[in-house]
Amino acid sequence: MMPDLGKYAGAVLSAYGASLAGLIGLVAVSLWQGARMKRTLRDVEARSKAAGDV
Amino acid sequence: MTALFLRDLRLAVRAGGGFGLGLAFYLLVVVLVPLAIGPDAAVLARIAPGVLWVGALLACLLSLDRLFALDFEDGSLDLLVTAPLPLEGVVAAKALAHWVVTGLPLTLMAPVLGVMLQLGAGGAVWLVVSLALGTPALSVIGAFGAALTVGVRRGGLLLSLLVLPMYVPTLIFGAEVVRRGAAGLEFGGALVFLAAITLGALALLPYAAAAALRVNLR
Amino acid sequence: MSIWDYANPKKFMQVSAVLLPWVTGLALSCLAGGLVWGFFLTPDDYRQGSTVKIIYLHVPAAIMGTSAWFMMLVASLIWLIRRHHVSALAAKAAAPVGLTFTVIGLVTGAIWGQPMWGTWWAWDPRLTAFLILGLFYLGYIALWVAVDDPDTAADLTSVLCIVGSVFAVLSRYAVLFWNQGLHQGASLSLDAAENVSNVYAWPLWVCIAGFGMLFVSLVLLRTRTEVRGRRLSALLARERGVGG
Repeated sequence: MMPDLGKYAGAVLSAYGASLAGLIGLVAVSLWQGARMKRTLRDVEARSKAAGDV
Repeated sequence: MTALFLRDLRLAVRAGGGFGLGLAFYLLVVVLVPLAIGPDAAVLARIAPGVLWVGALLACLLSLDRLFALDFEDGSLDLLVTAPLPLEGVVAAKALAHWVVTGLPLTLMAPVLGVMLQLGAGGAVWLVVSLALGTPALSVIGAFGAALTVGVRRGGLLLSLLVLPMYVPTLIFGAEVVRRGAAGLEFGGALVFLAAITLGALALLPYAAAAALRVNLR
Repeated sequence: MSIWDYANPKKFMQVSAVLLPWVTGLALSCLAGGLVWGFFLTPDDYRQGSTVKIIYLHVPAAIMGTSAWFMMLVASLIWLIRRHHVSALAAKAAAPVGLTFTVIGLVTGAIWGQPMWGTWWAWDPRLTAFLILGLFYLGYIALWVAVDDPDTAADLTSVLCIVGSVFAVLSRYAVLFWNQGLHQGASLSLDAAENVSNVYAWPLWVCIAGFGMLFVSLVLLRTRTEVRGRRLSALLARERGVGG
């Protein structure tokens, strides 16, 4: 299944590993920040609605 | 505008103004480098143009954060904005004062420091020429950075982060002029680009800096 | 109905909500497809051996690193000229994405360079210019973080982006002047002689599309977060005002 990477296996795998880690990290952080903001906004909007604001 | 320029000069020169600090820093950098790298004259002569340029650049950076910050804090910047003088002119006057107090002395002292780094006489001439052409750019680019960060508390480090990448073209061409001049190679291209960058920066950055100041003073 | 209607935050939220799943799906398929194709189904290069497989990450990341900055430049101009908040927030949202792509480009480049050139880093013009771009990203992000008022921050960072772009281009040419260069020429240029051969080019294009779609998807997601953040600040300010 895995192609024979020969003597460059370390280089190729670490390049792929580092890049995918970076991309996944970026996506994860962006999703987490988005979810947290959505939650906070919802709470504050509910609060101000309860207080009679629009 | 002349009045503003002279006022800034006087403020910088009197006690607490920081005049001479830049020169002292420059001297220190040039002393530290051989201590770190070793006294081999051939090596020092090779790196002299670069070290002398980087040292000058860092020394210019030192006094930049006070360029607008002091006036911002005591309210005089607000007065300057509303004065009949165009804000771009204010920026230019202040940048010029900064250059006279920082860039110009560095340019004049550089050949003396060059001796400590085994820079030959040929190189020393081009060092002065390149610094004379390049340091005004450093002052006006620095003024732009200072205008951006004037509202940020302890913004000196942020100022350096913003300004140093913008110094790169001037640094590259300036150091190239000295290196090629010292080696007797063709350096006309580098000299022209260096001058062009300075002239372009002097013409355009006061507008960008004034825009940034207006934003910060809203 | 013009594109400027989407500059309205509410409109933007509606449209992006619809677009996001599609763009994300497209991004993931292209990325997965392109990377699997390139990694498993292409041969080794005569000179570079299996390290040629790094191209599927390195080139798209580098292309997106520069494209992201260009998008930020356009968004900054739109903010300064037309004062559309969504535009300013989109530029802010794009910066960390662009920085990440730039770092991936630099890191994969270093890992590829070590076996090929014998060094982790070389002061080649292309690498150096790219590194300088990374520094501009850092400065831009730092300024957004340092300034408290969002509109002031938007204005200042927009001016920085514009002036920075001029200097980034100047640096690119200065650095070419400064060193001849080790990095190979464009892999996908119109000049066929410089091109990478087709067996690599096809999966590479898919990966570039994947990275591009990923960029759009992340910027949409992050801009939505920023728009919500702006609404949150407004609500909190109102609360504080009412509270006295």
